[in-house]
Amino acid sequence: MAKITLSNLAHAYRPNPQSRSDFALKQMDHVWDDGGAYALLGPSGCGKTTLLNIISGLLIPSQGKVLFGEVDVTRLPTEQRNIAQVFQFPVVYDTMTVYDNLAFPLRNRGTEAHLVDARVRDIARMLGMTDVLGKKAQGLTADAKQKISLGRGMVREDVSAILFDEPLTVIDPHMKWELRTQLKALHREFGHTMIYVTHDQTEALTFADKVVVMYDGEVVQMGTPADLFERPAHTFVGYFIGSPGMNVLPAKIDGASAYIEGCQIPLSRHYSGLETAKTVEIGCRPEFLTLTDRPDGLPVQVRRVEDVGRLKIVRADFFGREVNIIAPEGASISDRQNRVVFDPARINVYADSWIVEGKAA
Amino acid sequence: MEKTFNNKAWFMVLPVVLLVAFSAVVPLMTVVNYSVQDTFGNNQFFWAGLQWFEEVLTSERLHDALIRQFIFSAVILALEIPLGIAVSLCIPKRGVWSSFCLVLMALPLLIPWNVVGTIWQIFGRVDIGLLGATMAALGIDYNYTQNAAHAWITIVVMDVWHWTSLVALLCFAGLQSIPDAYYQAAKIDGAGRWKIFRYIELPKMNRVLLIAVLLRFMDSFMIYTEPFVVTGGGPGNSTTLLSIDLVKIALGQFDLGPAAAFSIIYFLIILLLSWVFYTVMTNYGKGEGR
Repeated sequence: MAKITLSNLAHAYRPNPQSRSDFALKQMDHVWDDGGAYALLGPSGCGKTTLLNIISGLLIPSQGKVLFGEVDVTRLPTEQRNIAQVFQFPVVYDTMTVYDNLAFPLRNRGTEAHLVDARVRDIARMLGMTDVLGKKAQGLTADAKQKISLGRGMVREDVSAILFDEPLTVIDPHMKWELRTQLKALHREFGHTMIYVTHDQTEALTFADKVVVMYDGEVVQMGTPADLFERPAHTFVGYFIGSPGMNVLPAKIDGASAYIEGCQIPLSRHYSGLETAKTVEIGCRPEFLTLTDRPDGLPVQVRRVEDVGRLKIVRADFFGREVNIIAPEGASISDRQNRVVFDPARINVYADSWIVEGKAA
Repeated sequence: MEKTFNNKAWFMVLPVVLLVAFSAVVPLMTVVNYSVQDTFGNNQFFWAGLQWFEEVLTSERLHDALIRQFIFSAVILALEIPLGIAVSLCIPKRGVWSSFCLVLMALPLLIPWNVVGTIWQIFGRVDIGLLGATMAALGIDYNYTQNAAHAWITIVVMDVWHWTSLVALLCFAGLQSIPDAYYQAAKIDGAGRWKIFRYIELPKMNRVLLIAVLLRFMDSFMIYTEPFVVTGGGPGNSTTLLSIDLVKIALGQFDLGPAAAFSIIYFLIILLLSWVFYTVMTNYGKGEGR
């Protein structure tokens, strides 16, 4: 096991990349801790699979280095990197039994039979597959097959990292939860470094200690689920995380106040130096907006209320833009409530889509 | 829900019944008809019972032909299946060369059987054939018209040349359908080339291999044209395979009864063996391990 260092890393699929947009993966420097559970989260085509393939050795990056611990593995082929990978679709050796499938990576490396046996039984117990060890892998269900794939990844104790490439795509929703829980348990028990690629925010937020959000070939934010929720570093993170995503509204900022269409919104911090930015926006999560009939709010027009059980999502029109407001389950929403209040402490300010840190007012 | 019964619906099946009757059942029954009757010409037939079947089953000549036929099919399968798999593994997976190889492989399959026979008949001739003349020039005593072993080698090599491509193309299609993830997983699991073949490629080719084995078995068991053109069944009876013998009986001697009985037995053998191959290969890899 080892920490993973991505140093000065970038990749372009075409030779001689000229402009920034030629890079599928833009230059990045990151250190991922030994034993951490990381999720790479982003929409399709954001470069997360490219990054994963660079780490697993299927792709050699156009520039920069990948280090496992202190060893430079940038140009090492996959089989010499000592990693394990679980793919989107279950990969099992059909003609082998479950036992042989789990033992395969160990036997190929010449591990002694009694050690193989102990380890395989250990993994099977963790996965709850002890009773099917003697069965052929072919006849099993998709989720059992995917569990075998997970098991084969986990069976070697000395792997530097286990990579997961959207491993729960083909799994039934109710099994997803169970497998994810099992993964967490396996992570706690064995302490492997895990890197989990997904486009599903729930999966990323429940699995990972640190979520790496990618957008357009760039890591836009790396942080705990709480960071991503409270202080999205980029407006994309705001949109992408949360359901519905953050409300992002163009505004003028003057000191500790934001102005939208001439209406003042108080902020909890003091901002300056935003004159050079092309676009200035404020972002506030629907959870921190309150619908009210008090006169100090800003005028909104409620378009639609979606009752999703635990809470209500109010879709409202605010100076021609849609804003989402989350109201508690029991809240009654009447026609008189045509004003909205922003929680000043929860408003983030963005210049050219990136967050701006204010000074305490 | 209550099911509706309407016997008129049976009429819907009528076209299929007619089609199958005229394409399969009626011709087959003609053969059955011949197999239980005797004739002295003039379109007069006499009931003969199972006499022809007894005769055919006890005929030494046919036993020999049957044994030759089994040896031939076994040799063909033993050569063409492994060779076809090996060739398919060598074809580039994508790109111009892949298409080039596929077209090249398909060429022998496009040549009519009797032309293939003629090609090899001339190719092997000692006086004018490239192969035969070359062998003679090298001092190798090769003559398929006089030496039974040489005749056998010639028709086996000819069949391998003609049909290995079919096995290779089928296997190639099977290989192409294996997702890349399997190869990546095998690399990560540290599997070598042999293990990749044994545990990924071969099991994934199982279905196409079944088709390849069935087709090659049936075709080689029924082979007629090529050996007939090359050797005419000789020298002696050494390359007289079942269908060559059948034609000799039916058309050479005009013994319709024995020929019909022979045809039915022939058909049943092919049916039985194809069923055995099918059952064995579809059940392979299923069920409980240890």
